[in-house]
Amino acid sequence: MKIDRRNKILAGLTIAASILIVRLFIIQIVDDSYKTDASNNSMVHAVIYPTRGIIYDRNGRILVGNKVAYDMLVTPKEVEEFDTLELASILEVTPDFIREKMNGYYRDRRKIGYRSVVMLSHLPPEIFMKFAEVSYKFPGFRGQARNIRDYPYDAGGNLLGYISEVSADDIKRHPDIYKPGDYIGKTGIEATCEDYLRGEKGYNIYLRNSRNRIETRYKDGEMDKEAIPGNDIVTTIDAELQHYGQELMRNKVGSLVAIEPSTGEILTLVSSPGINVDMLADIGKHYGEIASDPYKPMFNRAVQSSYPPGSVFKLVNGLIGLQEGLVTPDTEYPCRMGYHFGRSKLGCHAHRSPINLEESIMMSCNAYYCYVFRDILESGKHGSVAESMDVWNRYVQSFGFGRKLGSDFPAELGGFIPDSRYYDSVYGKGAWKATTVISLSIGQGEIGCTPLHLANLCATMANRGFYYIPHIIRGTDKVHIDPKYYERQYTMVDTSHFPVMVEGMYRAVNSGYGSGGTATIAAVKGLDICGKTGTAQNPRGDDNSVFICFAPKDNPKIAVAAYVEHGSFGARWAAPIASLLVEKYLAGEIGDDRKALETRVLEGNLMDKVKP
Amino acid sequence: MNKYNGRGLLETIDWKLVICYLVLIIIGWVNIYASIHSSEPSSIFDPSCRSGKQFIWMTVSLGLAALVLFALNPRIYESLSVPIYLATLCLLVAVIFLGTEVKGSKSWFVFGPVSFQPAEISKIATSLMLATVMSQSGYRLSRARDFLITAAIILIPMAIIVAQSETGSALVYVGFVFMLYREGLSGWILFMIGMAITLFITTLTVSSYASVMILAVVITICNALFSGKFRQWLKIYLPAFILLGALPFLHDWLAGMTDNPGAFILKIQPLHILGGVAAVLLPVFAMRAFRSGKSFLWLSIGAFIVGVAFVFSVDFLFHDVLQEHQRKRIEVLLGLKDDPTGVGYNVNQSMIAIGSGGLTGKGFLKGTQTAYGFVPEQSTDFIFCTIGEEWGFLGTASVIILFVFLIWKIILDAEHCREAFTRIYGYCVASCIFMHLFINIGMTIGIMPVIGIPLPFISYGGSSLVTFTVMLFIFIALVKNEKKYF
Repeated sequence: MKIDRRNKILAGLTIAASILIVRLFIIQIVDDSYKTDASNNSMVHAVIYPTRGIIYDRNGRILVGNKVAYDMLVTPKEVEEFDTLELASILEVTPDFIREKMNGYYRDRRKIGYRSVVMLSHLPPEIFMKFAEVSYKFPGFRGQARNIRDYPYDAGGNLLGYISEVSADDIKRHPDIYKPGDYIGKTGIEATCEDYLRGEKGYNIYLRNSRNRIETRYKDGEMDKEAIPGNDIVTTIDAELQHYGQELMRNKVGSLVAIEPSTGEILTLVSSPGINVDMLADIGKHYGEIASDPYKPMFNRAVQSSYPPGSVFKLVNGLIGLQEGLVTPDTEYPCRMGYHFGRSKLGCHAHRSPINLEESIMMSCNAYYCYVFRDILESGKHGSVAESMDVWNRYVQSFGFGRKLGSDFPAELGGFIPDSRYYDSVYGKGAWKATTVISLSIGQGEIGCTPLHLANLCATMANRGFYYIPHIIRGTDKVHIDPKYYERQYTMVDTSHFPVMVEGMYRAVNSGYGSGGTATIAAVKGLDICGKTGTAQNPRGDDNSVFICFAPKDNPKIAVAAYVEHGSFGARWAAPIASLLVEKYLAGEIGDDRKALETRVLEGNLMDKVKP
Repeated sequence: MNKYNGRGLLETIDWKLVICYLVLIIIGWVNIYASIHSSEPSSIFDPSCRSGKQFIWMTVSLGLAALVLFALNPRIYESLSVPIYLATLCLLVAVIFLGTEVKGSKSWFVFGPVSFQPAEISKIATSLMLATVMSQSGYRLSRARDFLITAAIILIPMAIIVAQSETGSALVYVGFVFMLYREGLSGWILFMIGMAITLFITTLTVSSYASVMILAVVITICNALFSGKFRQWLKIYLPAFILLGALPFLHDWLAGMTDNPGAFILKIQPLHILGGVAAVLLPVFAMRAFRSGKSFLWLSIGAFIVGVAFVFSVDFLFHDVLQEHQRKRIEVLLGLKDDPTGVGYNVNQSMIAIGSGGLTGKGFLKGTQTAYGFVPEQSTDFIFCTIGEEWGFLGTASVIILFVFLIWKIILDAEHCREAFTRIYGYCVASCIFMHLFINIGMTIGIMPVIGIPLPFISYGGSSLVTFTVMLFIFIALVKNEKKYF
């Protein structure tokens, strides 16, 4: 054979292949260290579970931590005869429970083989310690320590969410991450931040002898893998405030949302009735109870419930009117107990007339906004009523209404803001006019928004024209949040139009009793609260009580929206609740002059008004 | 015009290649099923699991193979190679901006359930382009202009793929030097490339001391062989190198012996001694070269100095110029550090899996190491572990022999061709398959760094299977065409 380049290449190929084959021969046949002995079960991987990341509030207080609990594992093949009664009394279960389990294992003995199965989970350390003392009497039984969630503070049960064992679907979706028996965040922050919180499993490798007893560490633990703990999550929630908010909303159905306007960080987000954190720790036991509760405590009303905003929405219509040049701060309109059109009337309460824009907010005049809204639709500036309707729709959407805000709640609801297409489909094309949809002027009718939308409107007012997308996860070096949360979102209304509306909000609260201001009950000395009440019709009973407010007027620190179902006037329940929350946050405690109000709110019970 | 010589399909198609191909894809399919079997026990055909998907890809591949074999005229490749190559380059660049990020590198286009990697197609495009350019009459690899064009054809897609952070895929292109070697590339260039890679990796993994030692040993051996004084080398140089090689150990041992860490003897690093020896010997060699007038000796001295400069600049660049995170990235890419689980975790796991297979393996679907998910990427890049664990040494050796047979046969067929185009293309195919084979299997048994590239025909994944099928069948079609007309 001649030595040409072809043959050199073929020789090279042969040498390379020989290297591979010799190496394989070494590790598969010669070298014992890579081999397990005759029985295929000789290597046992004992999984080390990572500790799940801790969830902190904005001030470093632990909302969700970890504590140790034990899983009772049984290796049926290793079980010898034992005293069922004694075991049952130690583990605090009935003897029948143990007998039933053991019979089940016997039936499935082929499937189980030499594996261990979980007989009981979440044993508290006290019980496990009792077992550990006498464990020599029960061969085949052993405990496995496991971190479970611990909630040192009753705040934000709905926000935090819970973890539970992975479902078959989870495993199918991420077969390389989850194995049966692993835990996964199912709702709330536990679910949205699962990737950060989870950490990575490790394991120790042990060798079994021929009698299937674990003997030694494989290669002295050289091949073991350490578990990597999960990353901690810092939320924007203020635990103290959240707790207080939950107290205020107790026995009422509705939501309470507080945002820090300068960042968009959610300070408090209460959905009432909610889940108590004690239930979260052992969700398995309480799941049935929670799921069958007619008030749906799992349902996060603050971001998932769509309500009409009521008079709060006048702010938006007023601002659109200003931007479109249809009203000025000095524009005055009369109100004769309502707005009369044709033979119909949209009623209003008694107040002096005529009034200007600022006073219209302060006294929440319905008629004023009927004039403004009708002007918006009929001005002809954008063509027909239908076209003007769509312009109005775009304005409203720029405030975040009618669409998902993009917060970090995956289940966030977008709500609904109607446009001309919608009314065309309801009434027929061209068969509706401004007066048909006049209730939109005061935030009634076909508008749907979530309490989060309202809080965001409030933050926009506080910032005089822009907002940051509300969020509950704070970015840290290890946890990255979308950069959109750091960007100002401007509305389509120029920022120069906001101060006059803010002034109206200020006067609504701080004009003193008898002045006509609708929210004087929310006034707190020295805090300069600016607010707007709303009373939204609820076809299922009493009106909903709505209130948004921010404080202080200059350089605001907090913007709150309270929505209480069937709470009648805005000033009746929502305004006291929201103002108490603001006072708690800014002043630290409730002043003596407002203690009576606080007591009334804390003891108030509206549950019987709600027909679930 | 060529005359049709009347041979039928039976004679013109290289059925050995086709059968070898079919056996390989079926081995792949069965082992993909075995690797996912424990986590999702379902039918091998179930389209929701990986083996079912692979089956769909196999059907698609066979369809494409038939298309390439029977429907397309093999003449088109030569004329279309330039547009195909340019279009592929565009795709490669586009994916950096428009692609979806998968495991830290932007190299995939995702269309609903189907995703594909332009880097795969570019292997075919580059091979066709090389074959076209290098088969032009008047092309000579030794001419600088032709050499530069050829180098550019290989290096441009390679550079773009490195920019996609798919260094592993780019490494495959190094394999084209085998084809270039066959086409007349100087063996010294091949040798120098090999030397540079070795020095680079030893510098980063072991030490620059070891690199310089290797360099010195290789250069003196070359010199000895060249001047026919190999015996003398064995007598004088070998003991000297053994002594120098033992120095670092001696140093460590001394450090363990003395209590005084500041002792003078410890301040003399092995590298200082090596430097001293070199400083004394280099002028001596230079003198000898000057007297004897042997240019080879001059060349050796020059090569040694260049090599040492190379080693220390790699060392300096890596340890002193690069930032911590860049360094880490290179270490991970080279498989030096497999963060975050510590060095060599994947390799250990995969070697345990393969090693536990023994001679005959644990049997189909009986594997425990691969099945419990301790081996990462078990159906894609680490599929060889499943073969090793369930089919043992017999299985792994058979697979390697099958591959060797395939590559061998491609080379023989290529050599028998009259057209340079077919021969060059054939060598390209053989080089690509060989690089994938050696890097992939080498990685699973710990003799190559962890570089995530698939095992051709066997690993799970549509992009890779379809690409290699089309690549191979274009070659079979070209060969068939030749047999038909000559």
